[in-house]
Amino acid sequence: MSDTFLPVVAGHAEDGRVAPPSTPRNVPYQNGAPNPSAEALRAQFADAVQRVDVVWGETTVFVDRARVLEIVRWLHDDPTQQYDYLSDVTAVEYRDLDRPIEVVWHLRSLPHRRFLRLKTLLPKGQPLAVPSVWDVYKGADWLERECYDMFGIRFEGHPDLRRLLMWEQYKEGYPLRKDFPLRGRFSRSEQLRQILAQNPEAKYSMEELTVLEAFDELSLEQRNRLRSGEKVGE
Amino acid sequence: MGLDTRRVETGVDVSPSSSESWVTTRLDFLVNWGRANSLWPMPFGTACCAIEFMATAASKFDLARFGMERMSFSPRQADVLICAGRVPFKLAPVIRRIWQQMPQPKWCISMGACASSGGMFDNYAVVQGIDTIIPVDVYVPGCPPRPEGLMYGIMMLQEKVKKERMADKSLRNEMEPDPQSQLYIPPSLIDEVSEPFGNAVHQTRSGL
Ligand code: SF4
Repeated sequence: MSDTFLPVVAGHAEDGRVAPPSTPRNVPYQNGAPNPSAEALRAQFADAVQRVDVVWGETTVFVDRARVLEIVRWLHDDPTQQYDYLSDVTAVEYRDLDRPIEVVWHLRSLPHRRFLRLKTLLPKGQPLAVPSVWDVYKGADWLERECYDMFGIRFEGHPDLRRLLMWEQYKEGYPLRKDFPLRGRFSRSEQLRQILAQNPEAKYSMEELTVLEAFDELSLEQRNRLRSGEKVGE
Repeated sequence: MGLDTRRVETGVDVSPSSSESWVTTRLDFLVNWGRANSLWPMPFGTACCAIEFMATAASKFDLARFGMERMSFSPRQADVLICAGRVPFKLAPVIRRIWQQMPQPKWCISMGACASSGGMFDNYAVVQGIDTIIPVDVYVPGCPPRPEGLMYGIMMLQEKVKKERMADKSLRNEMEPDPQSQLYIPPSLIDEVSEPFGNAVHQTRSGL
């Protein structure tokens, strides 16, 4: 943790090359100007970039599933990209059963004021697994857990992949999948019986509760405040 | 709603053949009067209905007029559980535990369509009426009910409280869920009231 706090001014790395924020007008449906990062990705990971779509001015890059983590790490670290904010991880399943499930990452670069959508395809019949980006963005933790909970996609390398919204022993499957009936698979009484058998106090894992582990990473000032037993914040 | 003039309770109905004495019926009246006018609510607000509940408690509608100004955020000191909002299955054991922690005498108001019947959320995640988990005394319809609606429900509950008899021991019976399944009503009944339009078919869930 750095000692000085640097405020991020959106677009500061572009040195006035990006237009100040304004509502975009006359955006073409397709074939608009792509995000420059798409070109950079093509140059850097030629064999891993499958397709680039620009729809309503937003760029979507389809990438190879095996290299997602590598690509995301590069987008995060490279000084010309600096995607420092992961706004969402989610998935899409289409009604057409032959279309693959897509996993989607929404990345935002504050210094360059860019938005990039990464997608990877998981064809039906193959294991639903993608690399976790938790190594790069710690905020991916719950996003990936939610995605696992709702779609059953395993994020390999996630430190604590459990259900997030449904309870951990939920047996009915993955609610946002197209083959999942709206009311769930079991009868109402069976659903109620299963949940009432749960202990309402057994919902948190120790991982979520160990402030102690993070203690060494806190700033000196925070540590001193905690040591002196101070209970309130600022 | 609200068109009838409210009957002012002056005593407890007692049949001439009853062996209860004048003293117990008077005592009933006194105790019920005290209880009905100092119901402490345990607000269990889970969704948008809770906003309306807050409006009811705030100064314009002023729940304090009914002796309910003291929100009891600990179930141990509460008399009425007001469930305002939808209850997802994940919260079912929580609301059951809260209900069991409340001491007798206790009552329950189910506020809004969601708490009473699952409302528009007939899906995998939402309990189809909290009466499948805990017994409910008053159902307040609406999405959300207006503060007047909730107050009407509270006044109905007060009338119910005023009619209680000390001699009727069954009033204070604790809910006893089946130890195996933890359900307190038969599973077939749960399935029946949870059917789509189950609440419309079973106009009076109060019979549960
Ligand atoms: S009944 Fe309507 S207002 Fe109340 S919780 Fe349900 S959706 Fe919200």
